[in-house]
Amino acid sequence: MKQKHWRALQQAYMVLIFSFLYVPIAVMAVFSFNESKSRSVFTGFTLNWYKSLFTNSMILDALALSVAIALISALISTVVGTMAAVGISSMGRKSRLLINNLSYLPIVNPEIITGVSLMLLFVAYRGFAAWANAHMGADLVPQNIFGLPTLLIAHISFSVPYVIFNVSPKLRQLDVRMYEAALDLGCNPTQAFFKVVMPELMPAILSAFLICITYSIDDFIISYFTCGNLQTLPIAIYSMTRKKVSPEINALSTIIFLVILAIILFTNHMDSRKYRRDQQRG
Amino acid sequence: MKKRLISLAAVLLCAVLAALPAFAVAGDTVPAGPDLQVSADYDWNRFRGQNVTLYVYNWGLYISDGSDDSIDVVKGFEDLTGIKVNYTTFDTNESLYAKMKSGAANYDVIVPSDYMIGKMIGEDMLEPLDFSNIPNIEKIGAAYKNLEYDPDNAYSVPYTWGVVGIVYNKTMVQEPPTSWDALWDIEYAGNVLMFNNSRDAFAIAAKKLGMSLNPTSTEQVQAIAEELKAQKSVVQAYVMDEIFDKMTGGEAAMAPYYAGDAIVMMEDNPDLDFVIPEEGTNYFVDAMCIPKGAKNKEAAEMFINYMCETEVGAANCDFIGYSTPITDVWETLDDDLKYSPIAYPSEEVLANTEVFISLPDEINSAMDMAWSDMKSYDEAGSGWMVPVMLLLALALIVFNVWRKLHRRQRSDLY
Amino acid sequence: MVQKKSLAAPYLVWMAAFIIAPLIIVVYFALTDSAGNFTLDNLMTIGRYSTVFARSLILAAVATAICLVLAFPVGYFLSRLRTSKQHIMQMLVMLPMWMNFLLRTYAWMSLLEKNGIINRILGLVGLGPFEMINTSGAVVLGMVYNYLPYMILPLYTAMTKIDQSVVEAAQDLGAGMGKILTRVLIPLSVPGIATGITMVFVPAVSTFIISRMLGGGSNLLIGDLIELQFLGNSYNYNLGSAMSLVLMVIVLLCMSFTSSFDEEDMEGVV
Repeated sequence: MKQKHWRALQQAYMVLIFSFLYVPIAVMAVFSFNESKSRSVFTGFTLNWYKSLFTNSMILDALALSVAIALISALISTVVGTMAAVGISSMGRKSRLLINNLSYLPIVNPEIITGVSLMLLFVAYRGFAAWANAHMGADLVPQNIFGLPTLLIAHISFSVPYVIFNVSPKLRQLDVRMYEAALDLGCNPTQAFFKVVMPELMPAILSAFLICITYSIDDFIISYFTCGNLQTLPIAIYSMTRKKVSPEINALSTIIFLVILAIILFTNHMDSRKYRRDQQRG
Repeated sequence: MKKRLISLAAVLLCAVLAALPAFAVAGDTVPAGPDLQVSADYDWNRFRGQNVTLYVYNWGLYISDGSDDSIDVVKGFEDLTGIKVNYTTFDTNESLYAKMKSGAANYDVIVPSDYMIGKMIGEDMLEPLDFSNIPNIEKIGAAYKNLEYDPDNAYSVPYTWGVVGIVYNKTMVQEPPTSWDALWDIEYAGNVLMFNNSRDAFAIAAKKLGMSLNPTSTEQVQAIAEELKAQKSVVQAYVMDEIFDKMTGGEAAMAPYYAGDAIVMMEDNPDLDFVIPEEGTNYFVDAMCIPKGAKNKEAAEMFINYMCETEVGAANCDFIGYSTPITDVWETLDDDLKYSPIAYPSEEVLANTEVFISLPDEINSAMDMAWSDMKSYDEAGSGWMVPVMLLLALALIVFNVWRKLHRRQRSDLY
Repeated sequence: MVQKKSLAAPYLVWMAAFIIAPLIIVVYFALTDSAGNFTLDNLMTIGRYSTVFARSLILAAVATAICLVLAFPVGYFLSRLRTSKQHIMQMLVMLPMWMNFLLRTYAWMSLLEKNGIINRILGLVGLGPFEMINTSGAVVLGMVYNYLPYMILPLYTAMTKIDQSVVEAAQDLGAGMGKILTRVLIPLSVPGIATGITMVFVPAVSTFIISRMLGGGSNLLIGDLIELQFLGNSYNYNLGSAMSLVLMVIVLLCMSFTSSFDEEDMEGVV
């Protein structure tokens, strides 16, 4: 096949695939400006749905909850996961393999099973707490844990493995001699760790932190089973789609898309600046 | 001098007397938010400033929440009492039950349907209400209190009532349906929607078969389930509140649903109409209850009392379309709604209705099992699927073995 | 290097409590009835739902195959671009992935309905309204749409490691398109293919949102059934746990075919 035909075909194929990926999002965006509630007939232009979205307390509460949980769980996961990665790297091969395989479980396990199993755990705990409280005659063991505690536990549980698998390879690539040199120069192990190892790990830790936030904000299935009477953003969206649909959903979708696009462009800009700086440094 | 004093006193007395009516009127109601007035005879401010959050769990689209230019009664409550309301929704009685039974959530106010209340009372899942905190119970019509599911009316306060019927699109049917078997008509294959919960779906099939919608034996349950299986080929989708968009958008020709929602749908799409089939139908009452162990029982009772206020009830009635059990609210309705055969059917029609009662455990589990079975039943596919899957598994095993051998072959070469 | 095994202790405790223990509880519920007695009834009852399991596996397999076929060229073309362009394109592929999953599925609802946009456009040309939503096809479409980026990225990562000179050498030796594909590209991108299949098949087989929104509630998948038992209409923890157990076993079985549990390979996932 001629070279330019080949290239044309290539480009056409890529355009096709990318339109497939983006057309539904674009359609949602277009209809977020629709005057009427119809999802297929565009009658007129209006910004009303965006306005009513900003006064929709259910969405705003859910958004606040999602962001809070994402930040807290990502923070805890990153700390625990980094510590775990360091600890695991200093174990023998057999234990390392076992722990890695077990850590792989939450990543590979279907989300519905993780969600269901955690819900069963919390329900069992609640039963135990009720029994213990009845036995002791007083409400000493916290019984009603469904809600914020269960959500946090669930999110941390599925985030930590991602941290471990993000930090471990960086840890392996580390040059041991740098650490040993620091020890030779008089640092104690803790100082050596924080002055030499951590800066090297920082990019991996940061990217792990971002991954945790992303997965936490977008998580639906696991949160659905462990949320109790609270609503995270995806759960609020789910309940909106089960009812009479309002183009507020379209407006929400467009806003989320623009925010993510902005974040991507920003990180891309920062990355290319860093890349150019590294090039200059030689 | 004395004369002056007397005339001054007289003027003052007159002024006070003239002002008294104003005081009396101002003393009658207090504002709840910008659009509502509620009775002043109640201490609404008991929990103000105490940082109380009330968790309310209600059906979807079942309260006037401010959308579509309606009054936001929840916000009205928050303004009136200073209590924050965390309002979430469920779509079937059974999912409400599942969430509550497992202890997976704590709510302060829930709004189940009649039979579910009966079931929950039987399983000790509800708190008895303190009616000194809910004086508005007097405003509920006598016809809606002390019903079979809560004979002493100790656990619930009616919220709405209604009947089930067929919503249909006049332009998409040859003639208006009159019987439940219109929903089985092959003529409308792929154009029929159906309830996505076991009780309501079984009720319709039972009525079609001429049986009671409270099955008394597992054989009856099986017979009804068979009828639902036969309907599957005609059904486009099993829906609850998703029905609004589908019927108003003309996606389906007919669907069974609740009268109140039918009224709302008909407002949005004038092509729609509602009919109560001749075999009779289900008459339901949804009522507000407080789950056992709710943290803020008094605040919850305040909320229930608030929902029975005349203006609040009217706002709800207007937005959700369902029939109100509050006599005052009924009085305020327009005549065409007051006497609408859909919202307030005649005695004759009501006589042909049946109420759900909570079923004994073994019938319930038979029904649950039959529901799962029916939903997964696939008359077209059941035959070939399992062999195909086994073949695929076999192919995978063969591929894996081949790959391992191939790898060994290649490593043998070096 | 840093010899501090105890640093992993908090994580190990957490893992035991919140990853291992819940799964043990699932097994416990699967093998007992509501009174707590040991029984195999739950597992036997699953036999009635064999068509649901079969349907889930088949639909997921079809969606995975379609994703693989569609994503393979994309991964290859992306890997041959200039590095600067690659970065942007990679971001463009990931963007839909970061959009909320529910919203992406919901977007297809308005496209596929009888009076939806696609049917309206086809109506303009005179083609009759097609019944697209509430079919198995819609469910497969939903799966492909949602999980395509998860297949593109691992393939792309694997193919960037294939040096162009290898392809050129094959061409010099007289290999045509087909031979290059089967002898060079596919064998060298096997790790990417394995990762991609894992990341698409597992969520596809266990989803309940896609089948609920696009399948109309009559194309039940395993995920729907499980959800019915826990938070839905048929409140039955034991049956639900048994189904979860079977699902987990199926997934682990499929995993054993497609990936190796070696350390280095695992990081390709993240």
